[in-house]
Amino acid sequence: MSMISLKEVCHSYMPSPTRDEDWALKEMSLEWSNGGAYALLGPSGCGKTTLLNLISGLLTPTHGEIWFDDKNVTNEPADMRNIAQVFQFPVVYDTMSVYDNLAFPLRNRGIDEARVDKRVREIGEMLDLSDRLDTRASGLTADGKQKISLGRGLVREDVNVIMFDEPLTVIDPHLKWVLRSKLKELHQRVGATMIYVTHDQTEALTFADQVVVMHDGGIVQIGTPIELFERPKHTFVGHFIGSPGMNVLPCDIANNQVMFAGHLVQTVDSVSATPSGRTEIGIRPEFVNFCESGMAVDIVKVIDVGRARIVEVRHMEHSIKLLVPEDMPLPGAQAFIEFAPEHTHVYVDGWLVGGD
Amino acid sequence: MAAKITNQKAWLFVLPVIILVAFNAVIPLMTVVNYSVQETFGNNVFFYEGVKWFEDVLHSERFHASLLRQLAFTATILAIEIPLGVAIALTMPQKGVWVSVCLVLMALPLLIPWNVVGAMWNIFALPEIGLLGRAINGLGIDYNFTQDPISAWLTTVLMDVWHWTSLVVLLAYAGLRSIPDAYYQAAKIDGAGSWAVFRHIQLPKMKRVLTIAVLLRLMDSFMIYTEPFVLTGGGPGNTTTFLSIDLVKIALGQFDLGPAAAMSLIYFLIVLLLCWVFYTLMMKDEDQ
Repeated sequence: MSMISLKEVCHSYMPSPTRDEDWALKEMSLEWSNGGAYALLGPSGCGKTTLLNLISGLLTPTHGEIWFDDKNVTNEPADMRNIAQVFQFPVVYDTMSVYDNLAFPLRNRGIDEARVDKRVREIGEMLDLSDRLDTRASGLTADGKQKISLGRGLVREDVNVIMFDEPLTVIDPHLKWVLRSKLKELHQRVGATMIYVTHDQTEALTFADQVVVMHDGGIVQIGTPIELFERPKHTFVGHFIGSPGMNVLPCDIANNQVMFAGHLVQTVDSVSATPSGRTEIGIRPEFVNFCESGMAVDIVKVIDVGRARIVEVRHMEHSIKLLVPEDMPLPGAQAFIEFAPEHTHVYVDGWLVGGD
Repeated sequence: MAAKITNQKAWLFVLPVIILVAFNAVIPLMTVVNYSVQETFGNNVFFYEGVKWFEDVLHSERFHASLLRQLAFTATILAIEIPLGVAIALTMPQKGVWVSVCLVLMALPLLIPWNVVGAMWNIFALPEIGLLGRAINGLGIDYNFTQDPISAWLTTVLMDVWHWTSLVVLLAYAGLRSIPDAYYQAAKIDGAGSWAVFRHIQLPKMKRVLTIAVLLRLMDSFMIYTEPFVLTGGGPGNTTTFLSIDLVKIALGQFDLGPAAAMSLIYFLIVLLLCWVFYTLMMKDEDQ
């Protein structure tokens, strides 16, 4: 096990990248501490898988270096890095039994049979595959196959990092939950660093201690789920995390005061200088409340989402969403709203003001 | 009752298929069955003979010899074409402009009419004027496919390999292309060498297409007629007289309709049996 550092790494799939869009992964430096549970979250095509494949050694970065502890592994192939990777679609060797599948990475490395047997049974036990070790791997269901893929990673002792590339895509919904808890349990038991790639915020937020949010080939924010929720560093994070996403509304800043559509708005971070660029306020629907007086709005739409309702209101040309508890009565025709000051953030050109 | 009458209408819709199948399969086959149990001396007069022709064919040394030649030929070309096809497919590029170039080159032999293939190879291999024939003789090897049985066999096999390996290549290549990248990546991480990748990923994933390739080549080569007929005419002597050529000699050369029909049926049953055996063997563990 080791700490993984990316030093000024960037990657392009083109032979000679020139323009900004040519880069699949823009230059980044990043450290993954030993034993951490990380999630890489972002929409499709944002460079998550590229980043993962760079760490695993399936790709070599165009520029930059990758270090495992104090060893430069930038040019080492995947099998020399002692990493494990679980792919979107389960990879099993169809003709082999579950046992042989798990033994395969060890046998390829010339480890003696007695030791192989011990490890395979241990891992089989851990993944609840013990009773199926002798069956053909091709006969298992998708979740069983995905467990085998995972097991082939775990079976090697002292893996540096286990990486998951959207591993629950083909799993039935009711089994996703089971497998996800299993991963969490394994992380505690094995103690290996785990990196989990997903575009599903629920998966990311339940699995990881630290979530890395990616957008357009770059990292937008790294933080705990709570930080991402309460202080999104970029309006993209606000949109992408949370259901519904953050309200982002245009505002004017003058004389250290934030004005939205002619109303003075109290924000958590004080705005000192008058910034240049596009200015916006961001507030999550959870922190917009109905009140007796304030900003007058019309209720446009109410969506029931179980324990709460999403209420869409309109103030002039601006649409604002509120998350209202199920049992709270909605105001009549004339409604007023207010923003909770401690959760109202200011963004300039998309980036949080006062966020580093 | 009304419902039942409506139901009967369905026959009308399947009628075209029934007629089609009747004319192109059932009626011709039954005609052969009809011939196989009768004797004729012309003038459309037939006498019932029972299973006599079947017994004759099964005990005929001539039939045994051509069946043996046929089996040897089929086994030889399968043993060459399947591994060769897989090997070529493995070396073909996976992306880029060369993919189309290779595919077109591979498809070319398949587009040539069979009798043209026979004629091409006939001229190509002629010891006096053919490029291949002259070249081999030029090397000091005595080669003459019109007189020497071994040369005739080699030429026939070579011709078939040239003509049909492409089919195996294309099928195997399609099978290879359908393997997701994740398999190769996982194998890389698992530390598998190229033999292990072939043995545990590529070969199992090609199994279905290779089954089809073997079945197609088995049936086709077992019924081979045109190419050896044009190339060697079954000779020298009878050395390249395969079942079809022999059958045509009996049916049209000697006009022995009864024995030829009996032989056709036995021939048909052998092909059917072989295919069934192969298919069952190759699909044996598919359901587990």
